[in-house]
Amino acid sequence: MPWKPPNPIEIYNLLPRTNCGKCGEVNCMAFAVKVSNFEVSLEECSPLFEEKYLGNYQKIKALVSPPVKEVILKTPKRSVKIGGKYVVYRHELRYMNPTAIAIDVDDSMNEETIIKRLRFAEDFTYDYVGRQLKLDLIAIRSTSNNPKQYMKTVQIVVENSSLPIILCSYNPEIIEAGLSILTQEYKPLIYAATKDNWREMAELAKNFNAALAVSGQGNIDTLVSIVKTLTEDLGIVDVALDPGCPKDVSGLFHMIKAFTQLRYKAINEGYKYSSYPLIGTPISVWSYPEQDLTQKVWWETIIAAILITRYADLIIMHSTEGWSLLPLVIWRFQLYTDPRKPVAVEPGIRAIGNPDENSPVFVTSNYALTYSIVSNDIQKSGINAWLIVIDTEGLAVDVSVAAKKFVGEKIVELIKKNNFEEKVKHKILIIPGKASRISGDLEEISGWKVLVGPMDSSEIAAFIKKMWTPEKIREIMES
Amino acid sequence: MGEKSKEKDEAFNHLLTMILEAISKGIIELHDVEIEAEELEIKLQPIMKSVLKPILEKKVVELSKITFEEPKISFPGKIVEVKIGATKAEGGSRNKVITLGGHTMPPYYYLAGYEAPNPPVFSGDVFDMRISLPRAVRQVFGDVLDNPVEWARIWVDKFGAEAINIHLVSTDPSIKDTKPSESAKLVEELLQQIKVPIVVGGSGHPVKDVEVFKKVSDIAEGERIVLNSLNLDMKLEDICTHIAKKDIVVIDFSPMDLDKAREINRKVYDWIPKNRILLDLNIGGIGYGTEYGFTAMERARLAALLGDEELQHPFNVGASNAWGAREAWVVMDPYWGPREIRGPLWETLTCIICLLAGADYFMTLHPTTVKTLKEMREYLSSKGKRIFEEAADWVSLKIPVV
Repeated sequence: MPWKPPNPIEIYNLLPRTNCGKCGEVNCMAFAVKVSNFEVSLEECSPLFEEKYLGNYQKIKALVSPPVKEVILKTPKRSVKIGGKYVVYRHELRYMNPTAIAIDVDDSMNEETIIKRLRFAEDFTYDYVGRQLKLDLIAIRSTSNNPKQYMKTVQIVVENSSLPIILCSYNPEIIEAGLSILTQEYKPLIYAATKDNWREMAELAKNFNAALAVSGQGNIDTLVSIVKTLTEDLGIVDVALDPGCPKDVSGLFHMIKAFTQLRYKAINEGYKYSSYPLIGTPISVWSYPEQDLTQKVWWETIIAAILITRYADLIIMHSTEGWSLLPLVIWRFQLYTDPRKPVAVEPGIRAIGNPDENSPVFVTSNYALTYSIVSNDIQKSGINAWLIVIDTEGLAVDVSVAAKKFVGEKIVELIKKNNFEEKVKHKILIIPGKASRISGDLEEISGWKVLVGPMDSSEIAAFIKKMWTPEKIREIMES
Repeated sequence: MGEKSKEKDEAFNHLLTMILEAISKGIIELHDVEIEAEELEIKLQPIMKSVLKPILEKKVVELSKITFEEPKISFPGKIVEVKIGATKAEGGSRNKVITLGGHTMPPYYYLAGYEAPNPPVFSGDVFDMRISLPRAVRQVFGDVLDNPVEWARIWVDKFGAEAINIHLVSTDPSIKDTKPSESAKLVEELLQQIKVPIVVGGSGHPVKDVEVFKKVSDIAEGERIVLNSLNLDMKLEDICTHIAKKDIVVIDFSPMDLDKAREINRKVYDWIPKNRILLDLNIGGIGYGTEYGFTAMERARLAALLGDEELQHPFNVGASNAWGAREAWVVMDPYWGPREIRGPLWETLTCIICLLAGADYFMTLHPTTVKTLKEMREYLSSKGKRIFEEAADWVSLKIPVV
């Protein structure tokens, strides 16, 4: 039976129905609707924790719990959630918990290298539409197969990083050595239980209360068999599945098929042995003997992009190239946005710097990315300007022009609403180069002169220097 | 009493050891034990609870053996098959015909053993005038950027493009206002010189495009070219009646809007049969609205398979839009790597995202994209060249640190 979104009435009937407003909503019905849309957490309803409601709380919890379990990995300072997925297709709701990205270190690396990689993972940041895109975990591998050496490496990681940890080895002695360094404030992921070591790994995971990854080493039957044994016979709760990644592109068919079908079955058929987070290992490409390093990073990036798109909840990477991670963190952000809500800023007329009646007037879209880039570029160029941000429903300039959402009417509407005609002496609108197509229409319906600006806002400074002189302004106004 | 009790304790310890050994070997029977049953019960009970139970539990558990059964599902709808390009036998002069679409299952879900009947196709963009192109592209093509025919030739001969998209941007009244007859001549030359299927794009000016498309379709008759693209701002009747009887394929363009996609398709159906229509829902490069196009395609494909007849068309994607993303072409801090690699990677990943959403025909600007995607395509089918049998063992691998 496929997963169905919770019914708000069902939730409402289980709430206290006192309309106390402690959750911040006007009444219990409004809260129920938001809970059913996953817009607020059920725990916002504090009366639900009173003893008499405890049964109801459990019932609602079951209604809103995801068909793919959420597993939380943590350190004393940070935590990351993986899984917790409700849908196969993003448009059916939205994807929860963006694919966590881990960077590896291993116990043959010297301390300096390890610390360098830890710093890299910790400090990696890309500013995108006002958000900071970051990396999430450290995977610690053992190439030495020596417990003492592994302990030393784990110790270095613990001392120098706050990111959650994956302990990677098929040898239970190595994992045990790694765990011995961690306090109970840690909840690491043990990678991995296989058909050969599942007993020992299960015991370690249970004793430490760690999450346990399962690897079928490429065999999907083995994978689900181990999952069944661990979860049903041994009572392991926090499990994550590695369907297996190829060492090069030749395994794409198997990889995509395994990830897709495991997730498909968990959500659409309620299949319990795949109802856990999925782990992808783009790092696998490094076991391919040939190819130069750039090629390896190239394929690692491609496999990572496929995995992010196709249901991986956690990926382990070796590459620390900025060009490799940059598109991945951006795409991950996009894929995990709520498709029902565009990434948009409020439309309106913004002042950048201290504009006056002679300052230029730019027009742009309300797509958050476009807005942040354009306003940034104007700011950087030191120009005082007005920026008219029209409601393109969160679409970028070129797309919204094509979709007829970047139109003169919307600009005129904002000018009127803000009595903007009184704020500037000239009547010139500078529109994006990519919107040049609307200039004729815009002049006609607004009565303003239209100046087509540069194709990219990085050229605004040069453009203004050349075009925004008293002579030019007069020339345009008289044309 | 002390003495005796000590002896007994020793006996118990011995017994316990034996039991543990026996259990761990799977032998349950106890031999030669001279202890009375009562005593055994009394003494052992608490110990059994705390020590033996977990061991017993562990022994009982064996690895389950289950098989993963692939989801079995079928969809009522089917994507139409659209053929582009005509060979000599069909009255054209292309060296091959490309078939797109024909799907009856979601893309790359491999449900119920399903594999797509027609693989995705990767094509190269050329323009009829110098436009501003990213450095990574200029570096590859150099001088031929001034000559669309030579540009196309290099695309096909050297870089393996499977079709060519000529974009007649100079026809835009606000650019060069090139005459339709002049553009048609260029297309004619291209058809003579280049033997892969050809897609002819306008400038995006709804009035001028109709004029250009008419002239182009007159000279290209029989070659089964593709017109890129029709949209709701055009006088559809004007262009469609002109090409209705000609063997010409069109791309219906509806940026990220399924309702409008249905609307334009409905209109075009009046003149053009379904198997001559591709659908373009638009795509933005990574960071630039990619998720909208991705989701529009996923939704449209799913709806089509569930029976929505107005969306049962193969998808075209202008993946070269990826270059619109700043990260694909600006000089950034060295931390983010050279733009010469960021650009092609951006286009490649944008293609991969569209591929997973079900795109069939890909327009690209950089040969690295085509090379990578063609290599990947080999392995997207179980009938591919090599099949991997085991997952890579990366766990204990020594990997160079870059």
